[in-house]
Amino acid sequence: MSKHIKENKLFQKDIIINALKASFVKLNPAVMIKNPVMFTVEVGTLIMIVLTIILLFSPDPAQGSFIYNLTLTVILFLTVLFANFAEGVAEARGKAQAESLRKTRQDTPANLLINGGKVKKIMSSELKKGDLILVSEGEIIPSDGEIVEGIATIDESAITGESAPVIREAGGDKSGVTGGTKVLSDSIKVLITIEKGESFLDKMIMLVEGASRQKSPNEIALTILLAGFTLMFLIVTVTLHPFGIYANTPIAIAFLVSLYVCLIPTTIGGLLSAIGIAGMDRALRANVISKSGKAVETAGDIDTLLLDKTGTITIGNRKATNFFKVNGMDENTFIKYCAMSSLADETPEGKSIIELAKKMGIEVNHSAHSNEKFFKFTAQTRMSGIDLKDGTEVRKGAFDVIKQLVLDNKNIVPHEMQSVVNKIAEDGGTPLAVTVNNKAAGVIQLEDIIKTGIQERFQRLRKMGVKTVMVTGDNPLTAKFIANVAGVDDYIAEAKPEDKMNYIINEQRSGKLVAMMGDGTNDAPALAQADVGVAMNSGTQAAKEAGNMVDLDNDPTKLIEVVEIGKQLLITRGSITTFSIANDVAKYFAIVPALFIATIPQLQTLNIMNLTSPQSAILAAVIFNALIIPMLIPLALRGVVYKPIGAEKLLTRNLLIYGLGGVIVPFIGIKLIDLLLTLTGIV
Amino acid sequence: MTTEITGILLIFGLAVAMAIPFGKYISRVYKGEKTFLDFMSPLENLFFKLSGIDPEAQWDWKQNIKAMLTINFVWFILGMIILVSQGVIPLWNPDGIPAMEPTQAFNTVVSFLTNTNLQHYSGETGASYFSQMFFIMFMQFVSAGTGMAALALLFKGLANKSGNELGNFYNLLVKSCTRILLPVCVLIGTIFIFNNMPMTFGGATQVITLQGDTVNVATGPVAAMIPIKELGTNGGGFFGPNSTHPFENPNYVTNIVENIAMLLIPISMIFALGFYLNRKKFAYMIFWVMTAGFLMLAIPAVVLELQGNPAITEMGIRQDMGSMEGKEVRIGSAASAFWGIANTVISCGSVNSMHDSWTPLSGMFAMLGMQLNAFYGGVGVGIINMFVFIIIAVFIAGLMVGRTPELLGKKIEAKEVKIAILVAVAHYIFILGGTALAVYIYNTTPEAAETLKWLNNPSNHGFSEMLYEFTSASANNGSGFEGLGDNTPFWNISTGLVMLLNRFIPIIGPVAIAGYLSQKKYIPESAGSMRIDSPIFGIVLFSVIVIIGALIFFPVLALGPISEFLLMIK
Repeated sequence: MSKHIKENKLFQKDIIINALKASFVKLNPAVMIKNPVMFTVEVGTLIMIVLTIILLFSPDPAQGSFIYNLTLTVILFLTVLFANFAEGVAEARGKAQAESLRKTRQDTPANLLINGGKVKKIMSSELKKGDLILVSEGEIIPSDGEIVEGIATIDESAITGESAPVIREAGGDKSGVTGGTKVLSDSIKVLITIEKGESFLDKMIMLVEGASRQKSPNEIALTILLAGFTLMFLIVTVTLHPFGIYANTPIAIAFLVSLYVCLIPTTIGGLLSAIGIAGMDRALRANVISKSGKAVETAGDIDTLLLDKTGTITIGNRKATNFFKVNGMDENTFIKYCAMSSLADETPEGKSIIELAKKMGIEVNHSAHSNEKFFKFTAQTRMSGIDLKDGTEVRKGAFDVIKQLVLDNKNIVPHEMQSVVNKIAEDGGTPLAVTVNNKAAGVIQLEDIIKTGIQERFQRLRKMGVKTVMVTGDNPLTAKFIANVAGVDDYIAEAKPEDKMNYIINEQRSGKLVAMMGDGTNDAPALAQADVGVAMNSGTQAAKEAGNMVDLDNDPTKLIEVVEIGKQLLITRGSITTFSIANDVAKYFAIVPALFIATIPQLQTLNIMNLTSPQSAILAAVIFNALIIPMLIPLALRGVVYKPIGAEKLLTRNLLIYGLGGVIVPFIGIKLIDLLLTLTGIV
Repeated sequence: MTTEITGILLIFGLAVAMAIPFGKYISRVYKGEKTFLDFMSPLENLFFKLSGIDPEAQWDWKQNIKAMLTINFVWFILGMIILVSQGVIPLWNPDGIPAMEPTQAFNTVVSFLTNTNLQHYSGETGASYFSQMFFIMFMQFVSAGTGMAALALLFKGLANKSGNELGNFYNLLVKSCTRILLPVCVLIGTIFIFNNMPMTFGGATQVITLQGDTVNVATGPVAAMIPIKELGTNGGGFFGPNSTHPFENPNYVTNIVENIAMLLIPISMIFALGFYLNRKKFAYMIFWVMTAGFLMLAIPAVVLELQGNPAITEMGIRQDMGSMEGKEVRIGSAASAFWGIANTVISCGSVNSMHDSWTPLSGMFAMLGMQLNAFYGGVGVGIINMFVFIIIAVFIAGLMVGRTPELLGKKIEAKEVKIAILVAVAHYIFILGGTALAVYIYNTTPEAAETLKWLNNPSNHGFSEMLYEFTSASANNGSGFEGLGDNTPFWNISTGLVMLLNRFIPIIGPVAIAGYLSQKKYIPESAGSMRIDSPIFGIVLFSVIVIIGALIFFPVLALGPISEFLLMIK
């Protein structure tokens, strides 16, 4: 589905072992009752166990042979175990995934700062919320916290898998650090923000393990629907008993229990909780920690996505793409001046100017000009530049500043320059004007580089009815241009945190569900307001508390994946439900003729699968019913393939595969099992 | 045969053609818009003034349900008093018909209260003219009106973008009667009188037949009652044999008119839904699903009855007119089969032939019509029953597009699913549970056939008779397979309770869902939402209804009509 998702093998040895253990532990009726469908199968199994024991001591031909009853009992028991196993596998996988993340946070030494600036060595397990620690170069950060002093480069690869180090500093929105990551340079003071065992990862593990897992609202509704179906088929089975007697065809208890178990939706009943856990697990594999199952489900419903321009729609920062000279200066000279003026400009834009010049064959370097006078870019002057030894003054900056500079020196701003500047702005770029000796020299074009493939991605989202909104600090003209090129539906230009908040509230007022991603403390209210708020792990603690998911990768495109994971979860649930119910058609054609054929031989006409005998027909149906659960575990865990092709086509597609397929597959399966049973002479 | 088929097509075509404009009219009535029948308002206002009801008061679903149950309780008491004392009421009882036995009275009152009209009595000998006019005919109007008013509440709930007001039950009830049922009945009644249907308060007439025997020919104010019997999908006849009786259905023309009358409002209501919600495509989708279901049952039944009974063919007897056992010559086998399926699919339950004598599979299709209980259905309650399946289908299919399910911009959540599935299960419990109880009693009673006097035909056919009776009661249909000795305390009480419960549960449940949906936040549709007016959703809806129904009833149908059929063709 995406490059971020780490695909482990579905069944690893230790996962299987844990799941097998869980299959038996979960037999406890107090646990089973949470799953009404499978609980009734367990009750059916108990009835069969009692019956089989009775038959051992006092055989009753009307109830079938001891061996036959025993076989059915075993298969019913396996059905329950398979369902438990499915849940067990999902839990074990989620747990393993979370554990591998938690491994990064083994007990590590920590330097606790106590009053007076003294350092006390303790272990990370002893750390409490509110402690202040010192982490120096080469040390592992012992727990989640916030930098209160200093700046450091940090290797977060243990968590994110991304090898490039990141910079985290006190104040601002990049102050969050995660336990288990390593400080590569400098030292920082970190305020511990969580108690032991309360990190998001710990919470996630508890969610996956089931201890604190609560069914999500849609899962509850589906459970009710399935319980309703179970009740229906209970009535069908129970009333069949007197009907059979009336028709002089008393039906054996084993047959009734088999009919019941085959009809109730055991397939979806057995896989339902596994699907839910797998949804959270898929989020975790994408390095997104969900604080609840509900959040993943809600993600599927999102109508509006608020996406940050930088990092989501465009790659990082703006880049220089063109030099436009005015005033008849030699082209190469102009480019050289541009490059030289950027030597002291450490902004990404400045660096990109030097890169572009280099690409065009004009190289400048810092050392050659080391004894000349540099003017750094500052927020006050909004320009940068250099005074060369020969007295040439080169300046570069925002057009309005440069224009002022030119006019102040009684020079004129040529019409040509004005029109180039306008053209660049209209095309969504940012113009930087350049002067040489306070005379207009030319313009540098800075442009946003839109990520490849992002247009298609937004197209897909639109097909699924998701509206995309670009959030940017750019001026409205630039924002509009980029919005058009990228194909987003709307944009918020010159965005302030409260603009996001207002946008979310407005969308919600018209009934829409909104998702956003944020990192700063001032994003926290909007993150809390949004229906799905994904906080970046590098963000402040406040932001992480406010959101309902945390992205360990700090990747703004993750929001799109989260929506897809949510949709996939719901589609998987619906598809397997449809499959489960559609299966009943074939099982009926196997079982119903078998029930009455002894006294009404004409019912043989309904035995369209031409199954060998009533015994083999019922056994085949029950075996199919049991086996389909483990066979669908991979589908439940991986999720049904999600294709963003629009609701109509998606429904048609899934209906054909899981509805029609659900009708056809068991006819084939039951027939094959019946053949096998007959050939091996079991029945 | 061509004439017979043309007759059926004429009935169906005319009904649908009239249903579209009539549906538009109905939606105007329920929306309170201007109609050409506004001159009825003084009469309506008189009702409201006398009863002290404020027709403008807006109620939530609970208040409306309370109003519905209250007025129904009053009618129940009233009905019981009239029927158990009809012998001593001096008015309009020329034939001196005595009081009804209490359990029979209970069954009769409930059956008319619930728009079922399961008649365990014969009109000509069991009910006085007074009972027929003041109780039975009155109930045929107001019970139909109750179902229609309940549907109007549902319309309002679905149309609301917010708030919890569903309208005013009393106002909708009165308007259903005065603006919709009454005017059309006057029109139909006039046609009937011109076709020689009796309309008299005189008693039975003595006639000397050609053989010289003296017979008492029952008659009465028939033409007044038959229009509402069909239009209100009541089905309770003036005479025991219902529309097979020449006074109740004199000729082919009246047969066509009666058949159209029963189809008219159920089909109109589909279009009324479309006009009311301004979602015509949604209404067309429902229309096609219902029509597909109806034709799925009607076409094979008509074909089978036209082919005749294979057992008789085997005896070397020609059956050019099809299977004519239990059918009227003036109506013919095709129109009888079509009428029968229309009557069971729609919870009308009037008969123009004896369903007991139908070939086994046709009988099964009649039963299936009531068991599936979602194709056209009774006035008002038809769409209400369909609504339950729409909720279930939306929930399952909705998930498959990757959103939590929505219907008309409102989320379907645990509460709605719970109510919908319980309403659906109730119908199945009453049919299977009721039949199982009867069968159990039969199984465990020594010398059952003589002691109980229920079954004239034990075996598969007897099973079908018992199954049919509970199916008819639970679907509030009222037709009988007959052949069953049903006027006993067991059948009177058990089917009475089933009718009562499965009348009000499927009304209260869906109206409650509409009430809850009404209050929910409205979510505008997007490209990612599942369209409920698309053909593909129609297919889902149809499959949900048919597959669930088939799964529930396949075993019993296999034991009853299917076995009977398979035994017959051997």
